[in-house]
Amino acid sequence: MSFLEYAPAPESTSVLKLKDAYGLFIDGEFVGGGGAAFDTISPATGRRIATVATADAGDIDRAVAAARRAYDGTWSRLSGRDRGKYLFRIARLVQERARELAVAESLDNGKPIKETRDFDIPTVAAWFFYYAGWADKLDHAGLGPAPRSLGVAAQVIPWNFPLMMLAWKIAPALAAGNTVVIKPAETTPLTALIFAEILQQADLPAGVVNIVTGAGETGAALVAHPGVDKVAFTGSTAVGKRIAQTIAGQGKKLTLELGGKGANIVFDDAPLEQAIEGIVNGIFFNQGQVCCAGSRLLVQESVHDEVVERLRERMRTLRVGDPLDKNTDVGAINSAEQLQRITALTEAGIAEGAEAWSPDCELPSEGFWFRPTLLTNVATSNTVARDEIFGPVLSILTFRTPAEAVAKANNSPYGLSAGIWSEKGSRTLALADKLKAGVIWSNTFNKFDPASPFGGYKESGYGREGGRQGIGAYLQAADAPAPARSQAALDAASGATTTARPAVKRAAKAVAKTVTKPAAKAAAKPAKTSTRKAAK
Amino acid sequence: MTLERAVAPAQRAVDILGGDVSESALKGYLEGLPGVDAVGLEQRAAGLGTRSIKTSSKAWALDRIIELIDLTTLEGADTPGKVRSLVAKALVPDASDLTTPRVAAVCVYGDMVPHAVEALGAAHGDPDQGLVSVAAVATAFPSGRASRAVKLADTRDAVAAGADEIDMVIDRGAFLSGRWGQVFDEIVAVKDACRKADGGYAHLKVILETGELNTYDNVRRASVLAILAGGDFIKTSTGKVSPAATLPVTLLMLETVRDWHRWTGEKIGVKPAGGIRTSKDAIKYLVTVAETLGEEWLVPHLFRYGASSLLNDVLLQRQKLTTGRYSGPSYVTID
Repeated sequence: MSFLEYAPAPESTSVLKLKDAYGLFIDGEFVGGGGAAFDTISPATGRRIATVATADAGDIDRAVAAARRAYDGTWSRLSGRDRGKYLFRIARLVQERARELAVAESLDNGKPIKETRDFDIPTVAAWFFYYAGWADKLDHAGLGPAPRSLGVAAQVIPWNFPLMMLAWKIAPALAAGNTVVIKPAETTPLTALIFAEILQQADLPAGVVNIVTGAGETGAALVAHPGVDKVAFTGSTAVGKRIAQTIAGQGKKLTLELGGKGANIVFDDAPLEQAIEGIVNGIFFNQGQVCCAGSRLLVQESVHDEVVERLRERMRTLRVGDPLDKNTDVGAINSAEQLQRITALTEAGIAEGAEAWSPDCELPSEGFWFRPTLLTNVATSNTVARDEIFGPVLSILTFRTPAEAVAKANNSPYGLSAGIWSEKGSRTLALADKLKAGVIWSNTFNKFDPASPFGGYKESGYGREGGRQGIGAYLQAADAPAPARSQAALDAASGATTTARPAVKRAAKAVAKTVTKPAAKAAAKPAKTSTRKAAK
Repeated sequence: MTLERAVAPAQRAVDILGGDVSESALKGYLEGLPGVDAVGLEQRAAGLGTRSIKTSSKAWALDRIIELIDLTTLEGADTPGKVRSLVAKALVPDASDLTTPRVAAVCVYGDMVPHAVEALGAAHGDPDQGLVSVAAVATAFPSGRASRAVKLADTRDAVAAGADEIDMVIDRGAFLSGRWGQVFDEIVAVKDACRKADGGYAHLKVILETGELNTYDNVRRASVLAILAGGDFIKTSTGKVSPAATLPVTLLMLETVRDWHRWTGEKIGVKPAGGIRTSKDAIKYLVTVAETLGEEWLVPHLFRYGASSLLNDVLLQRQKLTTGRYSGPSYVTID
């Protein structure tokens, strides 16, 4: 046996205590759904993991009403500091249960455990920690003194970074004082449902976060619901456009984070070894199912052949296979539907004249898999240079001058991300000024930080998530006129006002009780136990 | 500058730079190498460090690590007795398990070479054939602050005494002040001094002392410089300067060696030395070599660990794998 065929190193699934069936999480409790339940499967094997409820219109009504009650009665009345305490607590619980969440995410999504363990889950915790800090500093969010929260936020998130997208949405919403109804993607609801358990563990007041599962119709019903004040969506451009049309004129605030066709620009003076790593990371991270993936490689013509040769050499060492093996670099494609889309687009590219290359690697016989693929000889007019493939397929184009690089990079309906590889800082800065992309990486790719705003130009959406801008998206200036629809929603939920005061008291008590003394203990203890378990 | 005149001819440099190996040609070549992005390099090294090597892979790795160790003692207090003890350990690392392989070489100061050769006896020879070779540090190790005449005499002495491998240090002062031609010349001269009585050459390992070169760009240039001048191996450190070997620096040197192989088809060895004390660390290096250059580089004439305390930790891990129980420091010998 060759050393490079590393012996299997599977991550243990024993930390995962899955239920056979999951309901909706409404008003602090798991309840049944009105729609037909569905199975969530492991894309690496096609096998069923658990059954998940579907929320129908009635469930959405209840979830939005619960969020409204929690908003009016509890959450909007808590001080920023107390909201922050809850968020800090959630962040710590995510860290405590990190291994469990990482395994669940890898199982449900198909991405390598290496990524969920070292990237997804740590980023989730970082997001909650970061926005916990914002909760009592809203005066500095750029909207003047004492900005107001918006009310109930409807959030619809994608399947590529299930829990991370949930954190990106929920953390700023709660920090700003909003309550939430969130719908995870139908293929990856698992970690959101485990997260619901964490919310119970954290003693978050009932109704502040409601999690409704289901397919596209559930999401459509949620964003269209009249009781919602704010809509935040991450997903495809097509669905984003439909949402914008649906809620036009309803007075709802909207942020959209949509598709991309990121240009990764490599100059001849680039730090070449690191550029190769960056290209690989840019397109094969999470099987390329990343909206900000560097899926269009623009290489200076003079180094094109060398870059392609080095890329091929590097790709031969990528390990494709069991997502739960700690040495896996590239996991499974999330769904049969997505695999079909990747396959169709790649074939279209080849039909248009692109040359495809993939390393020889055996793919598992079950589940959804696609080999990491390079497409060379791609013209700017080709489908694979324009459409988002959302898979491990890299289209390689060339340029001759910096001006041509900018023109080609910007020649896309999208504008989410770009990368510039050059040792010449002045050129990087000059270029970055001209690129129409929401995030630009210099000599690196796919780096995220909660303090750094993320979002797109053009068809990649609008609004920013992360940083000060991210919290601003869930706030309005103190003197902003209240949206017309919000009075109606208040009337609809007027029953809640009578119970408002006691609810506030209860919540405040809970914070005082659990956070100051016993909570510190409670948080520390399980951490110890889990470390010991891990050591065994 | 007198150095503008041709520097000492070395075949590789002549092949790459053309007949006239001048200081400026050398400078132009080294400055034209692609830059190194520190963040990216360190990220890649950290990524390779997360590989999980278990069961059969681990067993193979531990044995191979032992076979790649230059078991080292470089102390002012070294004595013939200490060297004999080191050699005994090199030949039989674990007396409780005779299936344990031998190390590649013992590495000593020049004046200890005769004692090492004598202690090895018939086991002295090429590690690729299961024998143990003798490596000597030379050229006013570790600082390299001596005249060239002294450095060359130091080298010849060790070779004459039977050293198979010479670990030389580059003149970091000259390198950092931009006198690359001088560094180049000196390596060429030392290589020449490595000529043995039988006409062959002792293997030359060129120590860059990366902890003093400070930047990754310097490490890359010094690596290529050492290869151009005829080094058989490039080695990170003397072990006397902190930081010694690090995974990013070693990765960078491996990448440089890969480039050299791509350009010329020639295989150069790499030796990280200093600071690698645990099996866990050593396995990270093994993974890094395998994924950068391929498994064919994991042989004694292309990769070595310069280490003293590493061997005992590997032996403990090896005992754990064979017996299923954790052992302790009392169950491995100190030498």
